[in-house]
Amino acid sequence: MNFNLLYHIGRYVMLLRQAFSKPENFSMYWKETMRQMEDIGIGSLVIVALISVFMGAVAAVQFSYQLDGTLVPQYYIGYIVRDLAIIESAPTITCLVLAGKVGSNLAAELGTMRQKEHIDAMELMGVNTAAYLILPKLIAALVMIPLLVTISAYVAIIGGYLATVPTGSLSSDDYERGLRAFFQPHNVTMMYVKAIVFSIILTTVPIFQGYYVKGGNIELGKASTNAVVFSNILILLSDYLIAVLLTG
Amino acid sequence: MIRAENIVKRFDEQEVLKGVSMEFIPGKTNLIIGQSGAGKTVFLKILVGLMEPTAGRVWYDSIDFFSLNKKQIREIRLKVGMLFQGSALFDSMRVIENVRFPLDMFSNLTLAEKNLRVDWCLERVGLTGAHYKYPSEISGGMQKRVGIARAIVMEPKYLFCDEPNSGLDPRTALLIDELIQDITYDYKMTTIINTHDMNSVMEIGDNIAYLHQGQLTWQGSKDEVLSSDNELLQGFIFASPFLQRLRTAALKQG
Repeated sequence: MNFNLLYHIGRYVMLLRQAFSKPENFSMYWKETMRQMEDIGIGSLVIVALISVFMGAVAAVQFSYQLDGTLVPQYYIGYIVRDLAIIESAPTITCLVLAGKVGSNLAAELGTMRQKEHIDAMELMGVNTAAYLILPKLIAALVMIPLLVTISAYVAIIGGYLATVPTGSLSSDDYERGLRAFFQPHNVTMMYVKAIVFSIILTTVPIFQGYYVKGGNIELGKASTNAVVFSNILILLSDYLIAVLLTG
Repeated sequence: MIRAENIVKRFDEQEVLKGVSMEFIPGKTNLIIGQSGAGKTVFLKILVGLMEPTAGRVWYDSIDFFSLNKKQIREIRLKVGMLFQGSALFDSMRVIENVRFPLDMFSNLTLAEKNLRVDWCLERVGLTGAHYKYPSEISGGMQKRVGIARAIVMEPKYLFCDEPNSGLDPRTALLIDELIQDITYDYKMTTIINTHDMNSVMEIGDNIAYLHQGQLTWQGSKDEVLSSDNELLQGFIFASPFLQRLRTAALKQG
């Protein structure tokens, strides 16, 4: 069991090492990076926005309910929604969702390419497949996912506003006052650190699962499931570690 | 010239190739034949370096392939073209992009020059007017032609074909065979084909190697197949009573 784990970690590290090689042709890598940016970024925009607006709305409604009748000022709702979005929901929940959407997609894409001998065909042409198939996806994710996380944070705050102000739970001024209260720029740094670390996890783990898939459709399905499960576990684990390291 | 020297391949306890040594004739069509499970595909994958042998060597001229580093292997591979069993065309790319892919990756030609070369290759394989179609929009035979066009676009010295006729009707299979042979002779390529199609054996087999249970059992030309007294080979090629009668009649007629 332990030997197996070490074997897979070793293969994962070696695959990533191969990926960081000099590209055979920059324009082809650039073209592929643009295609991946569209897939990962534009393709995930709607689902990220949808989830974020509800996350913000639910947080606002829940805290409004919790704070009702207490001595805590109502404008704290804006402050809590903002910090919750920046510190946790925008980077973590968004990336967990993206691990499901983008991660399973990447594992399935690479796995199908392996099964249909596309990867072998590229290798035989002399292409460094580890680099060509991984690097553009990783760069695309590192650019697009922090952007999606930023959008998610804004949309969650808007969601909180929509759930409280039009319903009369809170005045617009109070919500805005909450948003401006106790702001710590360090939290934004933490959000981007998380976004970058999670981007690496949610692309490289599924790519590893898909790249080395063996067998038929059942194995491909398993690889896709493993990609999502392992990515989610690693995201949550690193979320904890980042929280410990950056708040200590 | 490609030469395999004492190739052994084991998967756990199972020995798939048991010391196969073979030399392929330059500028000719070399066929590797054998029953399913004889080790043909594994042998072909070892020849092109997609799989490492447990023991043995593969020589490309005087170069020991498996002693090379990754960069050197990539240089050798620029001289290799391969047609895969399922064609292995990239689904997200159109025909023109599939054929142009090696040029896009490795040549410094302008787009116009690359497109000219693609046009020439597609014309050479008898496929015009399908440039902007996706692989899913063309037939299996057309996909094989695109696969051949992509394999020859870099003007390789060696052409490998894995079951080029699988999934094709007999007439299309014959056309693909003829095409591969013409290309081999026209461009003086060394072609190695992995097949169990008997039409291919009798039509284009300049040099035929018969693998049986992981061992090279017979080697010769298509003209020598009929007269060979190797029982395993005869049992494989003339498996049906109809083919056996045909062989007897052919031998009688000399």
